Amino acid sequence: MNAALLIDFGSTYTKLRAVDLGERRVIGAGQGPSTVTSDILLGMKAALADLERRCGALPHFRYRLASSSAAGGLRMVTVGLVRELTAEAARQAALGAGARLVGTFAYRLTPADLERIAQLRPDILLLAGGTDGGNAAVVLHNAAALAAGALECPVVYAGNREAADEARALLGEKLIACTENVMPEFNVLNIEPARAAIRRVFIDRIVHAKGIDRAAAEFDAVLMPTPAAVLEGARLLADGLPGTRGLGDLLVVDPGGATTDVHSVAAGEPAAGVVRQGLPEPRVKRTVEGDLGMRHNAAAIASAAGLDAIARDAGLDPERAGALLAEVSADIGRLPANAEETAFDQALARAAVRIAVERHCGRTEIVYTATGPVTVQHGKDLTRVATVIGTGGALVASAAPRAVLAMALADPANPFALRPRAPRLLLDREYVLYACGLLQSVEPQAALELALGNLSELDQDTAHERTRHA
Amino acid sequence: MPGRARTIVTGVIGSDTHIVGNRILAMALEKAGYRVVALGALTPAADFVRAAVETRAEAILVSSLYGQGELDCRGFRDLCVEAGLEDILLYVGGNLVVGKRSWEETAQTYLEMGFDRVAPPGMRSDTVIEWLERDFAARERGLRRAET
Repeated sequence: MNAALLIDFGSTYTKLRAVDLGERRVIGAGQGPSTVTSDILLGMKAALADLERRCGALPHFRYRLASSSAAGGLRMVTVGLVRELTAEAARQAALGAGARLVGTFAYRLTPADLERIAQLRPDILLLAGGTDGGNAAVVLHNAAALAAGALECPVVYAGNREAADEARALLGEKLIACTENVMPEFNVLNIEPARAAIRRVFIDRIVHAKGIDRAAAEFDAVLMPTPAAVLEGARLLADGLPGTRGLGDLLVVDPGGATTDVHSVAAGEPAAGVVRQGLPEPRVKRTVEGDLGMRHNAAAIASAAGLDAIARDAGLDPERAGALLAEVSADIGRLPANAEETAFDQALARAAVRIAVERHCGRTEIVYTATGPVTVQHGKDLTRVATVIGTGGALVASAAPRAVLAMALADPANPFALRPRAPRLLLDREYVLYACGLLQSVEPQAALELALGNLSELDQDTAHERTRHA
Repeated sequence: MPGRARTIVTGVIGSDTHIVGNRILAMALEKAGYRVVALGALTPAADFVRAAVETRAEAILVSSLYGQGELDCRGFRDLCVEAGLEDILLYVGGNLVVGKRSWEETAQTYLEMGFDRVAPPGMRSDTVIEWLERDFAARERGLRRAET
């Protein structure tokens, strides 16, 4: 058998997937604790034993590929000049690299900013600022300030090309990579080189710094941070390969315990007659909603959506919903144990998906001009996206995943939010998107077919599901 | 700064879609050797300033043709000062005269708002380029702008 082992060194669990590359199917899954704080090998061994228990003697694995979100994930701080321009471009580059963004800064760094950055203890700092040939003073001020400060982490420079040499001299050994500007010209986004540089630093340095390479005997390579694997999987699934069509424009929603991630692969060009404003967004875009998490941030979901609305959606009275909210917030490992708790979790997930997708997608507004009304678009128009995929534990465990995922769809009551109108809804029951993202680096064709063949179609609403109509 | 093209930001301010004159001006400026950051129609005042900061522009040329320029341009210089661009050259042009006001009175209003030059309707792009050359030369002599 031609098999691959895919490893996710997570913050809570070490998760394994064994894949039969010839048959394009998942053989089995195994799980152990995350032991990155003691010896990562222990959790890995436990996970392997679990995998063996579930699917019998393990085959020889041709590839053993890993991703990691252990030890706090890839913690990053980004620094740019204007908040809406190079600072935003730097943010997009870090998110696209799969980072956990812990701070974003703009303009000249102050002593207080530097102190804050040192407290945030990033693994990598991305320094941008100025278009090529544009402002150099601020990025150089920031390079000098970072060089003189207490910051210990490596710096990736992706700012004004004209200032790169001077920045390199200022930063000395703190500078680990110098790459193309995230915004070489005004309003032109160029985040791929910075993404690639961040990923290289992650592989070369961070994997070791976090002690993950202590399990090196059990894997061939740690390729990327875990969120980047899902994004790479989504990209391949959308684009396909020569000879094998992909699914075209798509959106992936992952409501997790601490955050809700949304990925889109779509240009999101405005419809005819609509004027686009603001910074163009990357075609492969990832957003992370740090305030929408099913457990760690359940209270934040309730405050964003309104506890009354969540109670109504769950069919509970507000007091009961409030009590349940207190319970899940206090016990983050809790799984729903009865019908009431299941309904409450379902309502939380629905709210998280609705708000996260609304923030990810673009929006329009009507501007009244002397020559009549004009529609202006900010962000990406994802109304014509053909496929929406749900992934992650909250959706896979849900009894009515379609009702959760349908919250990603356009709402006639809010026509200005450019969410998908009539997509196919798919569920990633076996985490194949993640597996596809890792495998595409070695066997792209098998990776693509694995993902194409193993996503389940969510059928039309069953009677007990409440969905709204797009 | 010899050997280095100066950067100029252009655009049509406010809820104004009249882009043609602004395009012609941008093309003429490029031909004259400037780097042009053309923001196009429907541009909020703050976007001119953000673009100028990031690209280290030395002048912002604002167009307004739909009669609401005075409202849109109010506070423009203050925005620049706020962003650390207190010395940037600011020109405005288009259809700035509204109602029965004279050109002189209109131009004075914009000069008081902090614009360095105010272009009347029908202005040729060549004249704008001459203004720029004279003003940049004056700046190298330490003046705010040329006398004429």
